[in-house]
Amino acid sequence: MSWIMQPWPWWLSGILIGLTVPLLYILAGKAFGISTSLQEAGAMCMPNSQLEYFRKFDRRSNFWTIVFAGGIALGALIASRLLSEDPANLLPNSYATVSGGIKLLVGGFLIGFGTRYAGGCTSGHSITGISNLNWPSLVATIFFFVGGLAVTWGLGNLIFPAQ
Amino acid sequence: MSQNERNEVQNQNTDAKNTALGMSPINYLFVLLIGVYLGILFIKSEVARWERIHDMFLFREAHMYLIISVAIGVAMFSMLIIKRFEVKSLDGKKITYEPKPYHTGVIIGSMMFGAGWAITGACPGPIYAQIGSGEWMALLTLAGAMLGMFSYAALKPKLPH
Repeated sequence: MSWIMQPWPWWLSGILIGLTVPLLYILAGKAFGISTSLQEAGAMCMPNSQLEYFRKFDRRSNFWTIVFAGGIALGALIASRLLSEDPANLLPNSYATVSGGIKLLVGGFLIGFGTRYAGGCTSGHSITGISNLNWPSLVATIFFFVGGLAVTWGLGNLIFPAQ
Repeated sequence: MSQNERNEVQNQNTDAKNTALGMSPINYLFVLLIGVYLGILFIKSEVARWERIHDMFLFREAHMYLIISVAIGVAMFSMLIIKRFEVKSLDGKKITYEPKPYHTGVIIGSMMFGAGWAITGACPGPIYAQIGSGEWMALLTLAGAMLGMFSYAALKPKLPH
């Protein structure tokens, strides 16, 4: 069973992540998607906001996204403390600096703005959307990669630590 | 109608359809457990690791591409089964997918998200996973994401959709 303590192979990871879609549909009646949790958090922070984006949002029927996000954090805690030999180094060491912090803040901003403008992220568009043959989700996924490749290949030397 | 009254009406409408929590406690328990399951997977598959995302965008390794492709394949097959056999959710409701519409933001927003993914090494799920595993710098990614979401909320009426 020592393989459990190592990173899991791509095929096992892919199968188990893909199963999230039917699990959530069958056990909770919800479509798999994570970035809606940001909107839910925003709507909870500003319950009396006049902004249409929060006013027309159903905070109750979307509250599950916050519980889901908390579950993800808890699962990650379990995996890194109990199911891993070496504590995982998830971010490069150079990110633990002021300039690294600014990069994370700016990158995070792009994630929050971008996923909400696009209406989903890797889970809601790429996995749930494409698997339901929703063509705008395929377009979204293609442009996730257009944006990521442009930054990595265009600004890579500027932004990223030398490896 | 004042804002409070409007909220009141909205809440009552929601109450009529759902319980006070939006769904039953057992559904919430399942959501939490599936979240834990996914959090474990995000760490053990290393999709929450910056280097994996970087190597994906550099075409250095196939790991991420394979995981995403297999996940889509498994999800697609599951949806075929669900639709073919009209599988119902646990509380007896029909399982339906509400299509996400196409608009200009699907292109612009997706490119922004892709850029953020490349910089931070996290998409929204892995942000929570990084924080949960004690990578405290990821709190800045989450703070940025909240700022981005609030900015979108404020600018939405002015943006092309």
